[in-house]
Amino acid sequence: MSLIDLEKSFQEKIDKEIKIEPKDWMPDAYRKTNIRQISQHAHSEIVGMLPEGNWISRAPSLKRKAILIAKVQDEAGHGLYLYSAAETLGISRDQMMNDLNSGKAKYSSIFNYPTLTWADMGAVGWLVDGAAILNQVMLCRTSYGPYARAMVRICKEESFHQRQGFETLLVLSKGTKEQREMCQDAINRWWWPSLMMFGPKDSESTNSDQSIKWKIKRKTNDELRQQFVNMIAEQIKLLGMTLPDPDLKWNEKRNQYDFGEINWEEFWNVVKGNGPCNKQRLAARNKAHDEGAWVRAAAIAYADKKKNKTTHKAA
Amino acid sequence: MSTMHFSKNINNVLHLADSALILAQRNSEWCAHGPILEQDIAITNITLDLIGQARNFYQYAASLINSTNQKNETEDTLAYLRTEREFLNLLICELPNVDWAHTVVRQFLFSSFQQQLFLALQENTDDAIQAIATKSIKETNYHVKWSAEWVIRLGDGTLESRERTLNAIEALWPYTGEFFTNEPTDMMDVSLLKKAWLDKITNVFLEASLSVPENIFMHSGGKKGVHTEHLGFILSEMQYLQRMYPGAQW
Repeated sequence: MSLIDLEKSFQEKIDKEIKIEPKDWMPDAYRKTNIRQISQHAHSEIVGMLPEGNWISRAPSLKRKAILIAKVQDEAGHGLYLYSAAETLGISRDQMMNDLNSGKAKYSSIFNYPTLTWADMGAVGWLVDGAAILNQVMLCRTSYGPYARAMVRICKEESFHQRQGFETLLVLSKGTKEQREMCQDAINRWWWPSLMMFGPKDSESTNSDQSIKWKIKRKTNDELRQQFVNMIAEQIKLLGMTLPDPDLKWNEKRNQYDFGEINWEEFWNVVKGNGPCNKQRLAARNKAHDEGAWVRAAAIAYADKKKNKTTHKAA
Repeated sequence: MSTMHFSKNINNVLHLADSALILAQRNSEWCAHGPILEQDIAITNITLDLIGQARNFYQYAASLINSTNQKNETEDTLAYLRTEREFLNLLICELPNVDWAHTVVRQFLFSSFQQQLFLALQENTDDAIQAIATKSIKETNYHVKWSAEWVIRLGDGTLESRERTLNAIEALWPYTGEFFTNEPTDMMDVSLLKKAWLDKITNVFLEASLSVPENIFMHSGGKKGVHTEHLGFILSEMQYLQRMYPGAQW
C-alpha cells in the first residue's frame, strides 16, 4: 500500500471510531503526538505526587492521613499505566524518565504552585483533579487504544479524589473562623491556575486542529474550560465560599457562565520555568532518581545472578 | 492527659498502636520519593497497612479509656495529643530512614517481630485484640515477605548494596533487643517470641550471605516512654495542626 493509501485507511478507521492499536500502521506525527501527550500526562501524575506528598506528615487526623497517602499512591499507579501505554509506541520508560529529569519533557504547570496550608489538599483535589477529570473523561474515548483504556481506569479513581477534595473543603467551610479563612484562601490561590490547566486559548493553541481530526482530543481547550467554570461556579455555592473573579456571572443568553480574563503572562512564565516551584519539583525528582540509582543497580545485579544460577542448574 | 493514669491493659494497646503509627510516619516519607515507581507504591502500601493497624488499636484503646473514665478520647486525641514521654513505641520505629537499605532492613526486623507477636495474639483472651491480630497478620506476612526479598536482593546485589545493608544491620540491630525484654507495656511474655524471630532472620540473612550480629549492646526505653531525640521532631510535625487549632474538626 502506498503512503497515501495507508493514511487514508488510517483516517477511515478513526472516522469509524475504530481504536488504533500498537501494531497498526500510524502516521509518524500521530505516534509522536501520542508519545508526547501520554508521557507528559504520566510525568504530571508523578510530579503531581510532590505537592500533595508535602502534607502527608502533617495531615491533621489519621483518617485524613490515610486518605491522602492513598491518593498520592493512586497517582503513582496512574503514572505506571500511562508510562506503559506510552511504551507501546516505542519509547522506553528510562528515556521518558531522563527527559523528565533533564527538564526536556513538560508536565502540567499546575504542579509548580506550592501547597501552603492543609486547605490546599482540598482545593487541589476539588479544582485541580476536577479540571483534570474533564480532560480525562474526554480521553477515555481517545483514538489510541492503550491510552483510552488506561484513562478509563484512571477516571474512576480521579472522580473519587475530586469528591474527597470537595469534602475536605466542606468540613473546613463548616469549621472555625481560621478554617474558613484557610478554605477561602486556598480557593483564591488555586482558581486561576486551575483554569490555566486547559491550556492556551483555542485561537493560540498550536496542536489542537490535527489532534481533533485524529480524535486524540475531542473537545477544544476553551470548550473544556467553559465546562469547568460552569461546574465549579455551581459547586462553590455548597461551600458558601466565593471564586476570586468579579466578572464571573451567569449569562442567560449563552446559557453559560461568563468569566474574567486569565493572566496569560503568568501562564507562560510558569510554562517557561519561572513558577514558584519549578526548580524544586525537578530537583526532588532528580534527587529520588539519583539516590535510587544504587537500588536499581542492585536489583538488576541480583536478578542477573539468579538467572545465571538457574541456567547453571539447568545445564 | 498522661499515660500514668492509664491502666496496664490500656498502655498495652497504646504501645502496639504507637509502634505502628510511628513506623508508618517514617515510611510515608518515601511516598513520591522512592527509588523505583513500583517500590514507591509497595512501601506506601505497607505504610497504609500500618496506619490501619494503628487506627484499630487506638480506637480500641479509646473505647477502653472512655468506658472506665467517662472521657472522650478518640483515635486522634491519642495519636495527636500525647507527648514525647507518653508515646510507647519501640525505638526502632522512630529512627530516620537513612537510605533504602536501612528502610528495608528495619521493616524486615520489625515486621518479623510483629508476625510472631500477632501470631501469639490471635490466641489472646481479649476478643478485640484477637480480631485485630487476625486481621493484621495477613498484612504483616506480606510485609515480611517483601522486606525479606529486598534484604536478600541488596545483600546479594552489588558491592555497594551489600555495604549499605551491612551498615544498616549494624545500626539497627542494637534496637532489636527491646522487642523481647518484658515491660509492663507488653501484653504477653515477649521473650517467648525471640526464638522463632531469630530463626526467620537467620534464614534470610543466610540466603543473603549476611551474618547475624552477636553479643551486641542493646538500647531500650521506648516502651517506658524514654525515646531517642528523633521522636520529638516526628511528633511536632505530625501533631502541629491539632496543636495549633485546638478542638477543630478536620
